[in-house]
Amino acid sequence: MSGFPALTSGHRPVGVVSFAQHDNVRRDGEHNDVEMLLPVIAEVFGNVGITKDDVGFICSGSTDYLVGGPFSFVGALDAVGVWPPRAESHVEMDGAWALYEAWVLLQEGEIDSALVYSFGRSSPGNLSEILALQLDPYYMAPLWPDPCSLAALQAQALIDTGRASEADFAAVAARARRSALGNPKAQLAYDRSPEELLREDYEVAPLRRHALPPLTDGCAAIVLAAGDRAYELCERPAFITGIDHRVETHALGARDLTRSASTTLAGQKAGVGKAGVDVAELHAPFAHQELILVDALGLADDVEVSPSGGALAANPIMSAGLIRIGEASTRIWSGLADRAVAHATSGPCLQQNLVCVLEGV
Amino acid sequence: MSERCAVIGIGQTVAKSKREDVSIAGLVREAVVMAVEDAGLTFADIDAVVVGKAPDMFEGVMMPELYLAGALGAVGKPMMRVHTAGSVGGSTAIVASHLVASGIHDRVLTVAFEKQSDSDAMWALSVPQPFSSPLLAGAGGYFAPIIRAYMHRSGAPRDVGMKVAVKDRLHALKNPYAHLHLPDISLQMVEDSIMLWDPLHYLESCPSSDGAAAMVIGSERAAAQAETDTGRRPAWIHGMAMRSEPTMFAGRDQVNPQAGRDCAADLYRQAGISDPRADFDMAEVYVPFSWYEPMWLENLGFCAEGDGWKLTEAGATSLIDGGDIPWNCSGGVLSSNPIGASGMLRFLETALQIRGEAGEHQVPDARRALGQAYGGGSQFFSMWVVAVDKP
Amino acid sequence: MSEPVTMMAAPMRLDYVFTPGVAQGKNMHGLERGVFIGQRCPKCKKVYTLSRGSCPTDGVPTDEIVELSNTGTVTTYCVVNVPFAGQSIELPYICAQILLDGANLSFMGLIQEIPAGEIRMGLRVEAVWVPPDELGPTMASVKYFRPNGEPDAAFETYKEYL
Ligand SMILES: [Zn+2]
Repeated sequence: MSGFPALTSGHRPVGVVSFAQHDNVRRDGEHNDVEMLLPVIAEVFGNVGITKDDVGFICSGSTDYLVGGPFSFVGALDAVGVWPPRAESHVEMDGAWALYEAWVLLQEGEIDSALVYSFGRSSPGNLSEILALQLDPYYMAPLWPDPCSLAALQAQALIDTGRASEADFAAVAARARRSALGNPKAQLAYDRSPEELLREDYEVAPLRRHALPPLTDGCAAIVLAAGDRAYELCERPAFITGIDHRVETHALGARDLTRSASTTLAGQKAGVGKAGVDVAELHAPFAHQELILVDALGLADDVEVSPSGGALAANPIMSAGLIRIGEASTRIWSGLADRAVAHATSGPCLQQNLVCVLEGV
Repeated sequence: MSERCAVIGIGQTVAKSKREDVSIAGLVREAVVMAVEDAGLTFADIDAVVVGKAPDMFEGVMMPELYLAGALGAVGKPMMRVHTAGSVGGSTAIVASHLVASGIHDRVLTVAFEKQSDSDAMWALSVPQPFSSPLLAGAGGYFAPIIRAYMHRSGAPRDVGMKVAVKDRLHALKNPYAHLHLPDISLQMVEDSIMLWDPLHYLESCPSSDGAAAMVIGSERAAAQAETDTGRRPAWIHGMAMRSEPTMFAGRDQVNPQAGRDCAADLYRQAGISDPRADFDMAEVYVPFSWYEPMWLENLGFCAEGDGWKLTEAGATSLIDGGDIPWNCSGGVLSSNPIGASGMLRFLETALQIRGEAGEHQVPDARRALGQAYGGGSQFFSMWVVAVDKP
Repeated sequence: MSEPVTMMAAPMRLDYVFTPGVAQGKNMHGLERGVFIGQRCPKCKKVYTLSRGSCPTDGVPTDEIVELSNTGTVTTYCVVNVPFAGQSIELPYICAQILLDGANLSFMGLIQEIPAGEIRMGLRVEAVWVPPDELGPTMASVKYFRPNGEPDAAFETYKEYL
């Protein structure tokens, strides 16, 4: 046991001690949601030698429209087995926010550990149409704008500021997919030069295929533990020293799409700039969004960005944010990093953002 | 290490079957503005916003809190969206309260809503899903067989449910925010209403409502400030608990679910409750179908198992009959049911009572109250205790 | 001054392709043969009907396949008098929880061939399937349940399943 790091958020050290994720695939046509979650939950507990009966709280993240039926989180609970009855909650958000809810509860000191999981599939429906239902129901949704077109608006605005070019997007995509070659869970990995990527056709100008995320089915889980319990379960826990999240207005026309003010604010509240950052796992589904996020967080040039390949390598909806926290934690556990930043996003064009600072002792 | 927290602001809309005069944003805005002003605050004073509602298909908007961020005054702040089925209004208030109890924030706005008239809730609940049995008959078709099992187990006479239906509608006449105002309500009127899901009559079932409920949860410091500014006393939170169990499993007791009993036990431990019937002055409990009053009386430990109907029959839960433990003085879910907000309305009404601001449906000198919400197939529970005295 | 806008129509249509999963796939292949399939939990040994692949209390895969009986017991029921979109059944109809012999979990089914006034807890019933050439991998293969003439089951035999 080696003590605890200084905290920017909260007053009780809470560490990520276990992480598991499903293989990220375009379509898992074999398993239902419960069957996808079963091995992931078993693994996340198995990693630290505990069972469902050992955690004091369970929180999940998912959204109903992905499967077109209400209460999809209810059935998924059968993958955990909440018997005897358990303290449990669910957010209709990415699992990163489920982790936040669990972290809040752990601050109060009544419980020492929590299970967080999330799941979602891009394959059952047409994700572009489904995500259009996230927009203002009176003025925008009836026009069915798809997320790639909205992201392209943002990318074009970024180009117009002169701060980035299509070549920069290609460089981000090339680096992310090359990093993904070292990630056995990645869905899309390759070693191709930015120059080669720039020869692709536009999907939605100025975005070419490489700047878009893959469509992914997947799920993920994390175990959090507080105080000494973290050290009982993990040699070098990834302690959450700062965590915060902020939302912006929904109206795209009322935002500077080339900046992420909510990421900047969340990053400040989480204390990102208080010390050097070794690695940052950013939830940037579109290549240009990584540039906006790096800028918003004020990350230095020497920060290793998304060594897992990030959301460009696998983008399981509702889990991609939680996975960033898991991936950043693995770097702390292995000693590859002492201080990591993880980020999650939700809503069109980075509307809502969560920033988490993880540190090892 | 948990910090004291209290309800310091309350807002709710009138519940109606169709609020055609407002958009979804307009509906939630009514409730949140009222709650924030009630606390003597402006939106600039709010640290975070926690939103709850039932399935998104009820309005046809996916994660509508994103579009509502502006109307909720959440821009630049942390915002969360909770969904735990029918218990969601209660769970949302609890998540918001933990943001204060944990010492993270001082003033958290929490809001829950449903605008069912924008879509078709009955359709949304019965979307044809392959691989499952097609014989769906709405929520009543799910709960009626469980009610029958309760009647069989307890030997309750058939008219107990009808008595609850009358009592809650009489209570609703005293609540200007209630959806159903039925001045002529009587046992005969309930009995004469169509038998929808035998043994449940139409008037033993909840309505479909549009509506929103909001509260501001404050820290000890914020509560003191609000009391100075507004002259309203805080409703101190003495305990909160949530429990879940699987929807279906071998040997599950759906009449008296273990999750509800465990949730109450945890809550009572926190709040120091040993005899709920004696220790509480009133309760707001999620009763969407009349028979759930006697069932929850037992589940919440207000009496021995099998005796719940006797309390109802004796008028113990009636404010009008001067019962010792009035339940659902607001008219309850049987009188207003904006699904996502229904659980929060239970919690909100307890705070209103503790502040002595319930108007005509005020329980005289209510000092400690229980709020309960449940959801799914009676497998998700959320509960809290609020009181006049500081914990 | 024009009338205020109180409603706008925004029709939406979304199409989904469902994945039944391994467990439900096995259930459906059973229905295709006119047989109910149960799955036994390796831990608690309970047999689940219409399983989605895990034991709801233990959270482990239910791998062992069990063929269930065509007969069962009505544990509880309700008589439905309300028409629902997409329901083509004549009102009133009986919705019952049916516990198949050999299973540890009931499921909701339609009861026919008995007047609504005679339905009761403990009634013994059997499944009536569609003709063999109409059997398919769907619950629609079960037309309904009807009394099978056996004496009613004692309350003790099914009271744990309420
Ligand atoms: Zn089992």
